Amino acid sequence: MQFFFAAIKRNLLLSFRHKSDIFNPLAFFLMVAVMFPLGISPEAKFLAAIAAGVIWVAALLASLLSMDGLFRSDFADGSLEQMLISPQPLIVMVLAKIISHWLVTGFCLALLSPLLALMLFLPSEALFALVASLLLGTPTLSLIGAIGAGLTVGLRNGGVLISLLILPLYIPLLIFGTAMVQAASMGMPIVGYSAILGAILVVSLLFAPFATVAALKISVKG
Amino acid sequence: MHTPENKPILQVKNLTCERDERLLFENLCFQIHAGEVLQIEGQNGSGKTTLLRILCGLLSNFSGEIFWQGNNISQVQAEYYQALLYVGHLTGVKATLTPLENLAWMQQLSPQLQQLDLETALAKVGLYGFETVPCYSLSAGQQRRVNLARLYLSNAPLWILDEPFTALDITGVTEKEQLIQQHVATGGCVILTTHQELKISQRRLNLDSLRVT
Repeated sequence: MQFFFAAIKRNLLLSFRHKSDIFNPLAFFLMVAVMFPLGISPEAKFLAAIAAGVIWVAALLASLLSMDGLFRSDFADGSLEQMLISPQPLIVMVLAKIISHWLVTGFCLALLSPLLALMLFLPSEALFALVASLLLGTPTLSLIGAIGAGLTVGLRNGGVLISLLILPLYIPLLIFGTAMVQAASMGMPIVGYSAILGAILVVSLLFAPFATVAALKISVKG
Repeated sequence: MHTPENKPILQVKNLTCERDERLLFENLCFQIHAGEVLQIEGQNGSGKTTLLRILCGLLSNFSGEIFWQGNNISQVQAEYYQALLYVGHLTGVKATLTPLENLAWMQQLSPQLQQLDLETALAKVGLYGFETVPCYSLSAGQQRRVNLARLYLSNAPLWILDEPFTALDITGVTEKEQLIQQHVATGGCVILTTHQELKISQRRLNLDSLRVT
């Protein structure tokens, strides 16, 4: 347990020292929301209708954008191989890595999302549902993305491959996440959607770390 | 001096490795006892690093068996990794962290690194005064020294060192040689590759001559 917190602390420290890890996804997220009204239509009624989808797609892509680097620097500088031959369990390290990744991307995106909702005229009734859906959905993005990052870390150009591998797995989240926000803006109950998002989160929490460990071993050991 | 048991501490049986359709070594057998230094020799590309990575369990495309104190390393993995210290080509040193932070993490990874406190270990590798400087402002040799500070901290009996003297100055090399000598004198063993002439007594394993015969 103490090791788990030490690992999280190290990952967060690395992110803070390397600020672009935190700000790149956030800037991307914000830019999409700024560009959309400029590109399509600044009309409030029209934007309100697409707001949920735009915010969710932007959050998904912002998370994906940062996914490729999850294990890359550890692989490049040899930290990863030291982790593999350490007496400490790799699963704990992977879990710490995923949680730290979520804290600097998904969690920050969820915190920033009310601002985007305001910019895109999302009805205020849906605000809670938006933040809740992102808080439930983005951890799954990090969990599933880590499998792809683990599989492609040994490749020179893993960036494209990782998108192809994990984007299809992101689709259900996108569907239920946006549906939850839209239901809320129409005044309908959101419990069902949040239950589905929660269930997906629990299942991926149970399987994704193990799959990531296996993927990393394959990538390093060749 | 610690008297080594007659049983080998590490035993390699019929190791065969092929990479990119090139046979690096075939049916390689050797063993190492406590208190021994084994130097792996060979030209560039002869498979020295590959061999060391196989011994660490970092490569899986080989055939043959490796025994740690009589048990196959895949069966006693946790115990084996507790007893192993591996210094590879890649230092594992994060450029944005300070030497102290880097070493503290390495200590978390391998709880067997407890011999000294971290400041003393850094002072031993000549990094006194650099403890809290980010590693990106250190030279290549200093970054390697951060990693080599683990040798001073470690009480792991088996050291596997891949070119440990790269980028070190002359005094650095002498100090590391003394450290290796001290380690084997207290019953440890070292497997290393280097292109430098060692001043310590060692057994040699030449991968080039293996392939010829």
